[in-house]
Amino acid sequence: MNVSTLPATDAAFAALADPTRRAILARLADGELGVMDIARPFRMSQPAISRHLKVLEGAGLIERRIDGTRRPCRLAPQGLASVEDWLAGLHRVMSARYDRLDRVLTEMETQTGKETE
Amino acid sequence: MTKLTMRLEGDRHVIVTRRFAAPPQAVYRAHTEAALIRQWMLGFEGWSMPVCETDSRPGGAFHFEWIDGDGGGFKITGEYIEMDPGKRILHVERVFMPDPTPDNRIETIFAADGAGTLLTLRMELPDAESRAAMIETGMEEGMEESYAKLDALDELHAG
Repeated sequence: MNVSTLPATDAAFAALADPTRRAILARLADGELGVMDIARPFRMSQPAISRHLKVLEGAGLIERRIDGTRRPCRLAPQGLASVEDWLAGLHRVMSARYDRLDRVLTEMETQTGKETE
Repeated sequence: MTKLTMRLEGDRHVIVTRRFAAPPQAVYRAHTEAALIRQWMLGFEGWSMPVCETDSRPGGAFHFEWIDGDGGGFKITGEYIEMDPGKRILHVERVFMPDPTPDNRIETIFAADGAGTLLTLRMELPDAESRAAMIETGMEEGMEESYAKLDALDELHAG
């Protein structure tokens, strides 16, 4: 994990907490889209979508370029990495601990069985 | 049945769930008795847990320490706020690396799930500075090692 990407992560988490913003990211996973295309499946005004895009851009999760009057969006390659890395690290350490706990619980049960014999 | 799930709640919380075959009372004991805690909450490959003290009652404190045997390590201290035996624990904790992170308030719920337990943890996300400090302790590497060791164990069991 690259420590220099970490300060951006709080903003990234805040951005990811909203279901509409997660859905926007999912749509962008297929490639670059204009604001109109992004807004189409949502029952939401274009200014509302634009506000979500501003949050995603501020969190470093998407990038926008200027193409005449259009400002198409795409996923920022490094944007999701810090969030995913952090969650993946937590997932690994907790999975390992709880797998060990499974074995401890099995031993506890075996011992209880012996005590009541 | 044992798969761990993790999801974000709001902008500052992570919810973790995990199912266990054992009943809630046993899973709760494994979270509150030092002799049991140190069997599963231990460190990574080559690490040890020289300090595992817990005064498991409301208002009581706990103190866990891990060392890598090479001058590195970290500790966690905390206090129990509410305890409902076999059902729920609410506690605060902080990680020293060596400077303490801000307090993290963690709720652990032990719910009956058939003959087993559905464990749910609700914790706050550490701030960016705390995460960076955690990574500098080498925890990330240690996690990988621990995971690899576990895979090896699983292969042994499968074979």
